[in-house]
Amino acid sequence: MRPSAVIRLRVNGEEHALAVPAQRTLLEALRYDLALTGSKQGCDKGDCGACTVLARPRGAPGRGEAILSCITLAQDAQDLDIVTIEGLAGPAGLDPIQRAFADCGALQCGFCQPGMMLSARALLDKNPKPTLPQIQEALSGNLCRCTGYTQIYEAVEVAAGMRVPRQRAPVRSERAAPSDSKAQAVKEIVP
Amino acid sequence: MSIGSRFPKSDGAVKADGSGVYTDDIALPRMLHAKILRSPHAHARIRSIDVSAAESHPGVVATLVGAEMPAKYGVIPWTQDETALAVTKVRHVGDAVACVAALDERTADEVLRLIRVDYEVLPAVLTPEDALEHPEIKVNERAKVGNITKHVHLQFGEVDEAVASAAAVVRETYRYAGSTHTPIEPHCAVARVDADGNLTLWSSTQIPHYVHREVSRVLGLSEAKVRVIQPLLGGAFGGKSDPFALEFCVAKLAIKTGRPVKILYTREEVFYAHRGRHPMKMDLTVALDAQGRIAAVDNDILIDGGAYASFGLVTAYYAGQLLTGPYRFGTYRFDSYRMYTNKPPCGPKRGHGSVQPRFAFEVALDEAAEKLRLDPMEVRRRNFIGEFVETVNGQRITSNGFLKCLELVEQASGWKERHGKLGRGRGLGVAGSMYISGTAYPVYPNEMPQSGVLVKLDRSGRVAIFSGASDIGQGVNTLLCQIAAEEMHCDPRDVTVVAADTDLTPVDLGAYSSRVTYMLGHAAREACQKLAAKLQAAGGATFAEACQRAEAAEGVPLAATGGYRTQKLGGDYRGGTIGASPAYSFTAHVAEVSVDEETGIWKVERIWAAHDCGRALNPTLVEGQIEGSVYMGAAEAQMEEMVYDQRGLLFGPSLLDYRIPTSMDTPDLDSYIVESHDPGGPYGAKEAGEGPLHPAIPAIANAIHDACGIRIRELPFYPQRILKLLRERDSRGEERAAS
Repeated sequence: MRPSAVIRLRVNGEEHALAVPAQRTLLEALRYDLALTGSKQGCDKGDCGACTVLARPRGAPGRGEAILSCITLAQDAQDLDIVTIEGLAGPAGLDPIQRAFADCGALQCGFCQPGMMLSARALLDKNPKPTLPQIQEALSGNLCRCTGYTQIYEAVEVAAGMRVPRQRAPVRSERAAPSDSKAQAVKEIVP
Repeated sequence: MSIGSRFPKSDGAVKADGSGVYTDDIALPRMLHAKILRSPHAHARIRSIDVSAAESHPGVVATLVGAEMPAKYGVIPWTQDETALAVTKVRHVGDAVACVAALDERTADEVLRLIRVDYEVLPAVLTPEDALEHPEIKVNERAKVGNITKHVHLQFGEVDEAVASAAAVVRETYRYAGSTHTPIEPHCAVARVDADGNLTLWSSTQIPHYVHREVSRVLGLSEAKVRVIQPLLGGAFGGKSDPFALEFCVAKLAIKTGRPVKILYTREEVFYAHRGRHPMKMDLTVALDAQGRIAAVDNDILIDGGAYASFGLVTAYYAGQLLTGPYRFGTYRFDSYRMYTNKPPCGPKRGHGSVQPRFAFEVALDEAAEKLRLDPMEVRRRNFIGEFVETVNGQRITSNGFLKCLELVEQASGWKERHGKLGRGRGLGVAGSMYISGTAYPVYPNEMPQSGVLVKLDRSGRVAIFSGASDIGQGVNTLLCQIAAEEMHCDPRDVTVVAADTDLTPVDLGAYSSRVTYMLGHAAREACQKLAAKLQAAGGATFAEACQRAEAAEGVPLAATGGYRTQKLGGDYRGGTIGASPAYSFTAHVAEVSVDEETGIWKVERIWAAHDCGRALNPTLVEGQIEGSVYMGAAEAQMEEMVYDQRGLLFGPSLLDYRIPTSMDTPDLDSYIVESHDPGGPYGAKEAGEGPLHPAIPAIANAIHDACGIRIRELPFYPQRILKLLRERDSRGEERAAS
């Protein structure tokens, strides 16, 4: 495949000049040209959200909005400042979102979570104390197949300083006989 | 204590910062990219395949056709009926036909259209009913009779007599739709051959050991020359528990070209790879005596299997064998046919084989209880089978915390105050279930351990655990760190886990049938206990010092192994070992729904789920398994279905058209862990990954009945189906009013 253009991308504060085919998506440029493999490909057509990155006009403050890198052409991202999951942690270590996702069990297989964490970061940057419906709406473009989302909501609330991780204790069950032992000729087994 | 703590996942940081390496993140020098050509026909004979135009295209390095890998494979040794690429026939739309390796992925993709396949299109059977009716249309030659993958007929007790003398009998037909796993990571594999002919295969699989065996066999290589590595895995749910075309293709192409080769499935290919939930039609009879005790259960089950067997032999058994708890059955009979059809093969989706009959049974039980004016909660309590008992089909139940599960969801949902009293359009429903903690027998008969662990101690105090088990996101590597800390009093953060690498790690059979915590837990505990004894004898102020003193005392490096094998279990009849498990988990759900009677649009408001996992080795991980299961069950009730047109073409194989729930569609989930401390489980543990899925679907159906008095017996519970039932209910009411 012959490169057709040289483009400039600004990702996690670093400038890159890349020779890429015109149809190169931003996700392909991140993963294949820049080896930023933290952004994931789940569907390659904008349905799953695993490729989510943050983007803002170059020089604008903050980290920007969540966009889907798999349906963004790399050449159309030249005017943007991009933040990927690799750029979320700072000198002090993991971002509070990343820490909370790890602590709350929100990272099961972890594949959807780079995108999920970036969507959550974009939400908290705009709305530091979101309600549950606001969290649900902000994350509705990121599909997760492992968690049922509950531990993800919890992680966002923990990162926002609104709660602590769950501590509900397991409940012990007592030894129980069959409900109707006389009528039921069950074969007993010695424990 | 480390066991029972909410220790954060050992791979949490690398999953949080994006540095974790999944299969598609692997890029090797000189790596080629390959693509697979797939069948446009549901059933056709291949007269010829011409790859010459593709082969001479610039950028193409090699091509591959089925005749180069004709050996049949399959996870279950008795039903090996697949080839890596089609050899003589294609059996479903999307069946793999040929493969091209090129310098880049786009070239490989574009060149597929240059491959000329001459097909003789054959008539296809697309439903199990058609498959029964047309044995002359042979989907898969492995079937001895017609299109039957497997037929199972088992009877325990005098079923017909018990039905005849019962006080309440429900006899209905239930239909369960096929659904698929959709892990967010598509299947991916990379292969490399070194100068000595050693093949390394990285694959997004949940069964590295079986892939190791099958790839070696099909390619005619010594198993000692093949190494399978499972990198981080982006979700599986049973959808990565067969060997797939891509693994054979990258391995063969790496051998042919001498270069590394990668295949990443598109999302569409993931849908055609499938192995998802079997559609089932169940003609079920449930009979209660006057006291509400289950006198008889009789189920005729027709299973739509798709074009290949996959785990289908087991499915035909599980559909019957796993229903016999947590309630005692007076008598029981089931008759199941798993049929070949010209569609993508079904297989083991979370709750393999037993989710469908569980739905039917729990809905029928509710209806039977209603006839006797028994509270649905009470009828379940009354039929509790107990602990340390044998089921009607000879399965050994050990600990059983089901009553506590019922009690918790009854209280949490406000059942007593709210069931039957929420008014029109809102209701509560309950259901229970049981599931295996691992299958007692390996899929190929052998006496070797089903799970093995090697633990090595370093003088620095670093612990290395070598485990063949697959962490597919459920957190098994984290449990290994916790077990090491529990037994040897090391810091769980000072444990390195080397996992799922067939060159380096002892065999574990894979992440399926909810076996890992139970079996690997035993193996790891045994190995760590051996080392703990030496460390304790050596003494020392710190863990590192103890390691040094013990190593000095022994005069050899410190390492130990542990292994696990199940004892002989199961009923004393043909098939009695299938469904036999060293322990069973139990679950109860209450679901709350709201139904708009004008439109049929309904919503699951909340599900309370209590699950007896024996002992929660890590409550955060167990809650994640419960909630993920409940979500997946609710999703099947709400919206998920594999829909095909009359030519076998899958409707909308994308994550947009095959809908899975977003955060906006998922009900509030409230999970409770019940601990029954199983005497056979490691630290008392049983399974948590699959059992909690089962009751969600019938609990929702029963809640819909409580909300508006209709019985829905077909999945998914589309609003139009609900609306139709509501209109039938209304016309029945009008007839009654008129008469």
